[in-house]
Amino acid sequence: MNQAARNQTPVAQTTFQHQHAAHCESGVISSLLRHQGVAISEAMAFGLSAALSFAYLPFIKMGGMPLIAYRMPPRFIIKGLAKPLNATFAFETFSKPDAGKARLDELLAQGKVVGLQSSVYWLPYFPEDMRFHFNGHNLLVYGREGDDYLISDPVFETTVRCASADLQRARFAKGALAPKGMLYYPKTIGNNGVQPEAVLGAIRKNCKIMLGPIPIVGIRGMRMLAKKIRKLPALSAETNAFVGHIIRMQEEIGTGGAGFRFVYAAFLQEAAVVTNRPRLAELADELTLIGDGWRAFALATARMVKGRDVMDPNKLADLLLDRATVEAAFFVRLRDAAQQC
Amino acid sequence: MNIHEVPQEGNATLAGVRKAVYARADNGQMVAVASQGWEVEEIVTMQAVDALKEQASAALVSAKAGIGSPLEYWMYEKRMDLGLLAQSTGLWQWRVRRHLQPLGFAKLSQKLLSVYADALGISIDQLKSLP
Repeated sequence: MNQAARNQTPVAQTTFQHQHAAHCESGVISSLLRHQGVAISEAMAFGLSAALSFAYLPFIKMGGMPLIAYRMPPRFIIKGLAKPLNATFAFETFSKPDAGKARLDELLAQGKVVGLQSSVYWLPYFPEDMRFHFNGHNLLVYGREGDDYLISDPVFETTVRCASADLQRARFAKGALAPKGMLYYPKTIGNNGVQPEAVLGAIRKNCKIMLGPIPIVGIRGMRMLAKKIRKLPALSAETNAFVGHIIRMQEEIGTGGAGFRFVYAAFLQEAAVVTNRPRLAELADELTLIGDGWRAFALATARMVKGRDVMDPNKLADLLLDRATVEAAFFVRLRDAAQQC
Repeated sequence: MNIHEVPQEGNATLAGVRKAVYARADNGQMVAVASQGWEVEEIVTMQAVDALKEQASAALVSAKAGIGSPLEYWMYEKRMDLGLLAQSTGLWQWRVRRHLQPLGFAKLSQKLLSVYADALGISIDQLKSLP
């Protein structure tokens, strides 16, 4: 069969189950693993890789704004699952776009479901107002039909399609976090289930991240950002843009609300069952309330941005500092609850 | 947040897409629920979209007046900025900055025009014209 004929042959994994998820990376990797027979939810994938975070990275700019992340950097979730599941993942990037396309087609022809990193902007199935130049998006390709790739994008309720030229552009977009055609898939998987000790280890690791000494990460990162907000002038377009940007990072696509706090609460509930420690379920309830506080912070900020309330950087800084104080105490309790027996 | 509080405010920026958010069901379990969006998100997303649109329309005005280039308009129209356009074309920022000027743009070779058109996902004819 020549190349042209092979490209016309539709390939699709008919057994593949799409899942609507709160976050692209945890959604993609949990779908990919379930397809391989691992019993894992999105929340478990997120928690088991210790992905919850807060980071204020003023030196990484996106559209002139500093990066404010409520989770660990891209690929942290996938890589973080390797050890607890005793799995290995293949990651491939390409210097030549054509090679990246050929490799994707080859893997699909082998019957694999493949994860991709991509830009959001160049994916035509996204609504216009959601299309920004953000390169850290993740999606799954489960087949191909004619010139269309069959895509499971966790942001969407159902599967979507994308023409090959558009997907190609999205995979090889340039700029911060440039994907370079990155694709990934599991090579070997040792455990088909989640071990209690791995869950406790992941919780302790996450507490360490949140309570750690780096001034821009975790609780200290929140305090530093609060300090930065407090210094902003009340009457300035830049202030509006800056605080609005923080909320976009917290509530926009792919956080499941409240900067992942609700997703992590869902994980803690599962963790309570897996480890047989009901205390973790109580802490899940606490974290849900903490998440409500983050949403109150978002609401207060949006009202000021919109001019319904007077812009008051001091008040926003206080709300953020309050989150820092509450989370500092919470993660100490969580660390204690996840101690080895 | 419990599942009855999950916002269903028909956020315009989502254009009908429902996103998954986690919320507490009546039995206390955290579950993923489809949300039609929250006004808070709409406000901050529109703020960012509007900022980009303003840049594009300001660039359009100056390009039409001859004090800016069509390249500057298309750069903002495609939601890019100087840094991203430079990275997408593989050119130095100082060169791109020069090409954003009307004089620099007028001198562009066919090859460079096609580099820019490619990076912006438009044709050369489009790049040279204004809406």
